[in-house]
Amino acid sequence: MKSTKSDKPSGKSSANPMTIGSLIDTPSELTDSSSSKSAIVLMTRIRLARNLAGHPFPGWAKPAQREKILGACREAVTATGAMKRGLAVGVDELGELEKRILVERHLISRELSGSKQGSGVVISKDQAFSVMINEEDHLRIQMLRAGFQLKKAWASITEMDSLLEDSLDFAFSPTLGYLTACPTNLGTGMRASAMMHLPALVIANQMEKVVRAVNQLGMVVRGLFGEGSDASGSIFQISNQTTLGESEEEILKRLSGVLQSIIEHELNARARLLEQDSGKLFDKIGRAYGILQNGHILSSNEAMNLLSLIRLGVDLGVFPDAKRSVTDRLFIEAQPGHLQYAQKGEFEAGQRDLLRAERLRSEFANFARPDFTLSSPGNN
Amino acid sequence: MANPLKCDLCSKPATVHLTQILDNKVHKVDLCEDCAQEKGVTDPSGFSLADLLLKASLNPEATVATGVRCEQCGFTPNDFKKQGRFGCPACYGAFKGILDPMLEGMHKGIVHSGKVPQKALERKSLYDKLTQLEVDLSEAIKAERYEDAARCRDEINQVRQAVGQKQR
Repeated sequence: MKSTKSDKPSGKSSANPMTIGSLIDTPSELTDSSSSKSAIVLMTRIRLARNLAGHPFPGWAKPAQREKILGACREAVTATGAMKRGLAVGVDELGELEKRILVERHLISRELSGSKQGSGVVISKDQAFSVMINEEDHLRIQMLRAGFQLKKAWASITEMDSLLEDSLDFAFSPTLGYLTACPTNLGTGMRASAMMHLPALVIANQMEKVVRAVNQLGMVVRGLFGEGSDASGSIFQISNQTTLGESEEEILKRLSGVLQSIIEHELNARARLLEQDSGKLFDKIGRAYGILQNGHILSSNEAMNLLSLIRLGVDLGVFPDAKRSVTDRLFIEAQPGHLQYAQKGEFEAGQRDLLRAERLRSEFANFARPDFTLSSPGNN
Repeated sequence: MANPLKCDLCSKPATVHLTQILDNKVHKVDLCEDCAQEKGVTDPSGFSLADLLLKASLNPEATVATGVRCEQCGFTPNDFKKQGRFGCPACYGAFKGILDPMLEGMHKGIVHSGKVPQKALERKSLYDKLTQLEVDLSEAIKAERYEDAARCRDEINQVRQAVGQKQR
């Protein structure tokens, strides 16, 4: 990931053999079956908001200015070593389904996918880096890693940011830090988040309490794709709320502390459920298994919730450890965009529910049978 | 009801009431259904109470009274009220008076203490020096101080070289 000597992309296409289709089919850390070992933190994400000095922010820039900014940013981003053989594409070149897939993989935001002309994204080959151009800010640099990896993610993203700084003049004030379109991102421009799987806290009705406590510590809790506090699949996104007044390291340290304590709470809640009501818990897991193996109509929300129970089963030792990666992959593949892409067509919601159930039936036909005798509470 | 709460954004009767506690400070926002929809309150992924608070704290009277406008991009406080975002980096200087009181409730502190784009700042200070030298040069020529003018010209050449090295 060191800066490469001088392989400046003279023509636009020279450094970009990758197409959106090949990107989707290339395994990434998040979709690759071998790499998900993390029990509670599914993935870590850090993004930095940056803007070019002397240029209007994307929401206020005129079309010609947006194009100019897009060109300058795209050139700088694609020239970095990390983006070698990555995908660089304008939002207007993407089809609806492709955009949806990128959103489901957290590689672009919903805002970018709905944005007007003069926006784009550059995604690294391994899909760890993505840089959105002309979203809310000129640049939204993002790093995604599977598992709980705040430190590593920060090390990579700050290196990328410093490389971009070689060729781009970022808008910066010594007192206010990096200047962003919205003052809520001022200062570090950094939003760090972890995607957490918290089924026991949801079953035990403790999420509300957790959300309140986390808010008091200056962190925000959201659903995986914004489904409100009862997030589908019991997956929650926890991130820092404030960006000004603390250094990046301080913010990450504070966030890390909060995440650790949520992990502890979730583990305690699991132990308590097993101790007090293991029959009810095993019933939920067993039924989820039955429906996934035999159901014929599954909405994406229901599928997420069932997969979440299977994942909890893996964590508790009901299913073999290796199956965790299967649930993590299906969390993504059961989403509407991925489902339709795999079927090579667009389908209405009702048809999608049939297709989803079919897909899951085939995945679960050979899935290990649950073994409720093995389960040991200490296993996380 | 006798005295219904009004929406913080459009003053229709408020039906959505939000409370968020941030760093032990309680923030409350009341919204009508339309504004709640529009601001994505029903879609927590795209919703930030801080954004809303910031818009609610800008009352229209204050903006009319100040009548400021960003000289760089023409943005006005009313535009900010509508969009909740600024027009360009220079807006932060132009709307300092409006921004400062908001920042305290919004962030942990009001002074940046994180990463600094060192290389970009060095480049900027060179640009600033260049601009100043060009002013000095034209003044020296106007005043027929030719020795000063020659010195400025030499310095300008030096700085230009340094800029060239810093870039790309």
